[in-house]
Amino acid sequence: MGRYLIRRVLFGVLVLFVISMLTFLIFMKLPAGDPARRLAGRQPTPEILDQIRENYGLNDSFLTQYWRFARGLIPLPGFFLNEEIYYSWANRQAVKGEIAEAFQYTAVLTAGAVVLWLAIGIPIGILSALKRRSIADRAAMTFALVGVSFPTFWLGYLLIFAFYYKLGWAPPTGVEIGDGPIETALKGKYLLAWITLAVTSAAFYTRVVRGNMLETLSEDYIRTARAKGLSDRRVTYKHAFRASVTPVVTMLGLDMAGLLAGAVITEQVFVLPGLGRYAIRALEGQDFPPVMAVTLLAALFIVVANLVVDVIYAALDPRVRYT
Amino acid sequence: MPVPLLEVDDMRVHFPTDDGLVKAVDGITFSIAPGETLGIVGESGSGKSVSSLTIMGLLDRKRTQISGRVLFRGQDLLELPDDEMRTIRGAKISMIFQDPMTSLHPYYKVGAQIAEAIIHHRDASKKEAMNQAVEMLGKVNIPQPRDRANQYPHEFSGGMRQRAMIAMALALNPDLLIADEPTTALDVTVQAQILELIDSLKSEFNAAVMIVTHDLGVVAEYCDTIQVMYAGKIVEYGRTDDIYYRPHHPYTWGLLGSIPHLGDDSDRLNPIKGLPPSLINVPSGCAFRPRCPYAFERCSIDVPPLIPTDGFHADACHLSLQDKDRIANEEVLSTS
Repeated sequence: MGRYLIRRVLFGVLVLFVISMLTFLIFMKLPAGDPARRLAGRQPTPEILDQIRENYGLNDSFLTQYWRFARGLIPLPGFFLNEEIYYSWANRQAVKGEIAEAFQYTAVLTAGAVVLWLAIGIPIGILSALKRRSIADRAAMTFALVGVSFPTFWLGYLLIFAFYYKLGWAPPTGVEIGDGPIETALKGKYLLAWITLAVTSAAFYTRVVRGNMLETLSEDYIRTARAKGLSDRRVTYKHAFRASVTPVVTMLGLDMAGLLAGAVITEQVFVLPGLGRYAIRALEGQDFPPVMAVTLLAALFIVVANLVVDVIYAALDPRVRYT
Repeated sequence: MPVPLLEVDDMRVHFPTDDGLVKAVDGITFSIAPGETLGIVGESGSGKSVSSLTIMGLLDRKRTQISGRVLFRGQDLLELPDDEMRTIRGAKISMIFQDPMTSLHPYYKVGAQIAEAIIHHRDASKKEAMNQAVEMLGKVNIPQPRDRANQYPHEFSGGMRQRAMIAMALALNPDLLIADEPTTALDVTVQAQILELIDSLKSEFNAAVMIVTHDLGVVAEYCDTIQVMYAGKIVEYGRTDDIYYRPHHPYTWGLLGSIPHLGDDSDRLNPIKGLPPSLINVPSGCAFRPRCPYAFERCSIDVPPLIPTDGFHADACHLSLQDKDRIANEEVLSTS
């Protein structure tokens, strides 16, 4: 296990290195993205462009330039997102502080949505499997199909239209000045966003849990459990539940990582200043330092989530062992 | 004749499907005495496994039509409400299954899985139940049972898993053990050990055993009585000697003929020709008729009833007793 972990961590570092290199190439070296032109504004004179190139070190060698950004990604004090390099070219704000703040909004969004969709997806999936072919099962599967098919932006605007604009039950979108993510959540401003994310994901989880549960219930070891004279309840909730929910851990880990990296569309619809919106703004302005930081952060989430999921899976399923 | 432990009376198990009614078990009657070992023999689809699942009450009653009676110590199991059936299932009647590789839960330790039944039926403490589970593992000849109880099923070999299943099934000292193809999935060398084990524990625990198998050769040594099933019906039953030395039904002949013998000169097996019939459209008359080399007109008209011939021995075939004895002696027993 120890050696396995070391190998996985080293591999993760390699992945992050490659991603940082690609991001650098795409935004700094491909013809479409001459940063000097971006920075110079409309119709710059060649003198201004030269001046900018000089100031931003754009005439340095490829490796020098790459290293300037790469060293800011090393997670050590003094290096990590150091403010001489990692500041926004658009508004001169330090990337570190902006990301730290944006991340809190995204984290609250993710946490609420995940709790909600598990609370919907797992019970409905299980009941649906137990009452297979009943009206309740068919209704749940219809919900699942419809839910998966909803685009988040459409569902999001629909909910805002219905619950804010027409019914007035929900507060308006947007974060009030001076409010942090917690205050925003307490004012109910996350509610519709959570529901939007939860419905689309819960629908998928319902299907998966139902499928796993049906498969598990037909396993020989479930018949053995019933042959022992155990109650249906114990067979379902001890023997079948554990085996059918374990695979969900894998999905959940990766989905959470994806959301933490920025629920771009949902944040956009509900005007939440999270990582997704931050990333969009940086990309639109081809604002390289934030782009680099956000991209690597997203990649880091995915790499870490993969590792964590595998470790948890090994803990849950005794057959899985890593060497 | 001793008072039977289990009496099955005209049991029918039908499954409605889109293609029609599947008559998996179609009116079987038999009984098991305390301490007796009964072998139920037949091909796949003859209804033998469905019979054992019905006795255990493990079929989904909503999707099955079950009729007849299954009397266990005089109590009709088919009439019992679910919660009362659960006090019998696993405690008074227990079952081991065909595939030990998949019959144990992969996420729980073997000892805990055995202990679970003890805790459930006996209200034992976790520790007592665990000690008993370890003791049972020792009884089924698993070395270092205390360490083994702490392992997961995937750390056990196939034979060991079946031993663990037997330990689980006998932990509550049941009156009847149903073994559904207990050796089919195991290596030949392990098969004999498992049957030997069931046989010796049966005496120790004073349990009756019902062994379901497709292999007449496997059970010969351990069964007191044997019944042969075909297409959901019993076609012959008798004491083991009757079945082996005076077989009367052409299907039994076929089963006996398909056991390979040591020193047999022919280089081919003698399988029964054809396939078991569809259980939706069972052939008219005798269900075995299309595959029977001795069939005559009457066989396609009348369903042959199960008629006792000599003592505790009956068969369902239209051939005359003289013909049966003659064919059995000349064509079946002489070759083996």
